Amino acid sequence: MQSSVISMVFTSQNLMRLMGGLLVTARIAFISIAIGSIAGIGFGLLMTSKSKWIKGICRLYLEIFRIIPILVWLYIVYFGITSALNIHLEGELVAMIVFSLWGTAEMGDIVRGALESLPRHQIESGRALGLGFWKLYRYVLIPQAVRRMLPGAINLATRMVKTTSLVVLIGVVEVVKVGQQIIEVSRFQVQTASLWIYGLLFILYFIICYPLSVLSKRLEAKWSN
Amino acid sequence: MSINWDFIINSIPLYEKAAWLTLKLAFWGILISLVIGLICSVIQYFKIRILRSIVGAYIELSRNTPLLIQLYFLYFGLTKLGLTLSENTCAIIGLSFLGGSYMSEAFRGGIEAVSKSQIESGLSLGLSKIQLARYVILPQAFSFSISSIGANCIFLLKETSIVGAIAILDLMNVTKDLIGMYYQTFESLLMLVIAYLIILLPMSFLLTWLERKVRYAEFGN
Repeated sequence: MQSSVISMVFTSQNLMRLMGGLLVTARIAFISIAIGSIAGIGFGLLMTSKSKWIKGICRLYLEIFRIIPILVWLYIVYFGITSALNIHLEGELVAMIVFSLWGTAEMGDIVRGALESLPRHQIESGRALGLGFWKLYRYVLIPQAVRRMLPGAINLATRMVKTTSLVVLIGVVEVVKVGQQIIEVSRFQVQTASLWIYGLLFILYFIICYPLSVLSKRLEAKWSN
Repeated sequence: MSINWDFIINSIPLYEKAAWLTLKLAFWGILISLVIGLICSVIQYFKIRILRSIVGAYIELSRNTPLLIQLYFLYFGLTKLGLTLSENTCAIIGLSFLGGSYMSEAFRGGIEAVSKSQIESGLSLGLSKIQLARYVILPQAFSFSISSIGANCIFLLKETSIVGAIAILDLMNVTKDLIGMYYQTFESLLMLVIAYLIILLPMSFLLTWLERKVRYAEFGN
């Protein structure tokens, strides 16, 4: 009985569709993490600037993304910006924009924290050796900062992967939506379809996020001393 | 763009109701999270066999899956096994399931931050393991972990925005309904942001203040 239920819900066709949905999720996560990390490094450097104005504006940008839930941001861009500018944006693009902006803010703070935690004498020694701004960052500060920020950055990546589940709420057809469609189709033959599908989604997200969080913990333990 | 003030004023009661609901769910979620977190960290601290591995598995499961999927699984999945829960109960269970592991990590971090010499001094004074936990470790651990506990409270408050997905008329759903019915997109979103700021900003200040109070010994003012 139980096995027939499983074979009815998890047909090869359904599994292929779920994989297709997972691909959309992965695309959103990957592009946002990539943009967020690269822009975040720039943003982090800006945050360590000496100018009070630049610091203040960066701080404001970060806090705005921290204090307002990401789902609210998705709504603001998906419903608000599109109607204000009278344009149409696909949910997937909206998700990438919001996650990239958010990723930039959070990544920037991680980079700032890493750079500020470096001992001052590293900068002073670099200067004393006659290194310019770029050489100082390129050869002295960034290689050391990367070690300190990598665990946090990987953590951020898992958070972003988990947050991609929210895009179903702005109408993107990704893995959760495909799951819901399969439940809708098979609910008359299989009453418990939602249990199996959501159980599978639960496990899928776990399989993606768990190795990342283990890696982050390992690196933290390895580089902490 | 002109703002429709009448619409905003008329929508205030709806948002007010939704905001109270959000606060209520978050309150219970945070409270139960704290209890679960405390129990989990005590189990891990005393290294109780079997229970310890269950707690470990729970923490990893809850930290590495999104709240939305947890809620869907609870609300749509488990009901198929004959377990019927109201939306609000589901939301509180979901928030506590998620928050419990975060709180437990916060407590664990605090316990680990208590210096070895404190524990050794306690032991050499002849305190039992329970006395040591009660009088030496936990008070200090609490003060070390207060900042992460505060961050987790804010995190859980923000996560309540997701409970709208299981048909709870929270701030998100009120906004979505208003946009759908009246096309007052800008006004509805403005009210949404204001409602969240009204909830989150004072909470953020309150927690910063509390942190300073609890860590009096470190800050000294």
